Amino acid sequence: MQYKVLIVDDSKLARMVMASAFRRIRPEWILVEAVNADEALAAVSGGTVDIALIDFNMPGIDGLELAARIRKTHPDMPVAVVSANVQTEIIGRARELNAGFVPKPLTDESLAAFLSGATLRLKKPTS
Amino acid sequence: MTIDTGELTEIEQDALAEIANMGVSRAANSLRQMVGEQVLLSVPSVKIVTREAASKLVERNNAKKLVAVQQSFEGPFAGRALLIFPEAQSLELVRSIVVDEHTLEDVIDLEQEALAETGNIILNGCLATIANVLHRTMRMSLPSIVRGDGAALFEVEGPASGGQFVLFLYIDFNIKRRDVHGFIALLMDLPSIAALKAIVNDFIHAIEKHTPGHVG
Repeated sequence: MQYKVLIVDDSKLARMVMASAFRRIRPEWILVEAVNADEALAAVSGGTVDIALIDFNMPGIDGLELAARIRKTHPDMPVAVVSANVQTEIIGRARELNAGFVPKPLTDESLAAFLSGATLRLKKPTS
Repeated sequence: MTIDTGELTEIEQDALAEIANMGVSRAANSLRQMVGEQVLLSVPSVKIVTREAASKLVERNNAKKLVAVQQSFEGPFAGRALLIFPEAQSLELVRSIVVDEHTLEDVIDLEQEALAETGNIILNGCLATIANVLHRTMRMSLPSIVRGDGAALFEVEGPASGGQFVLFLYIDFNIKRRDVHGFIALLMDLPSIAALKAIVNDFIHAIEKHTPGHVG
């Protein structure tokens, strides 16, 4: 199954690192990139995004706020917050939003673990 | 005030900000564990500026009396890492760490040592993450405390001279509910900027070639 993944990060380097990991572990999936929350919300409202990976520390709307906004319209979309900021509060707020947390520096293993869970969730009939 | 960033390409600047952000975000977690409160971070800023301009940037919004814990680092590139506070706030930070029941006198006695130790944990955490991401090894000096204005912190009057250009990377942090703010700054001289550019470019090329394993 081929899914469409939205990568949201203000850093081009971070988007490159993420895309590189996808080329190794899910080469057939389609990636779309957004550099801020506005672009991300526009992409999500298009209705074709299956999964979102969102950087936390971005100028303007941060990744948790963006995840919360996506949740309002897409309660079942697998979403993960991606950050080196592993403080309890950040991970806790991601959990409250029913979002995953993928630590930076990104490893293939941690990304693959999130994507496996996301795939299972997408296969289940939506509630 | 900030002359330009002509020495760095857009992707190099982006990469440095992202790598520094990872380092500081990881280090913020150590600080969070010490003070028991969430630490809020700004988006990182990367600039090539004169020492003097860098010293003015740290004074922005701050009293001129600053206190910093500094450590030098050496390796494929070298520089200094600083954890900087307005002087009045360093006591509050120490108080957050040593628990509130200590008297002001105790806190003043402890200040130097507690600041050095806090700086050591945070700056090491930050630099270790940066070194790991870039697959390089860096050696760190012992922490020392510097007091004074921005010029004193960045040795504007020293042999290096205030007109000398440096790579200046900084991130503000705030401790929620504690009225403590400060920032973490990395300062590198020109020979190190050239070395760092080469390493960052290797790193970028490795991503493009999708090197297997733990990239970034």
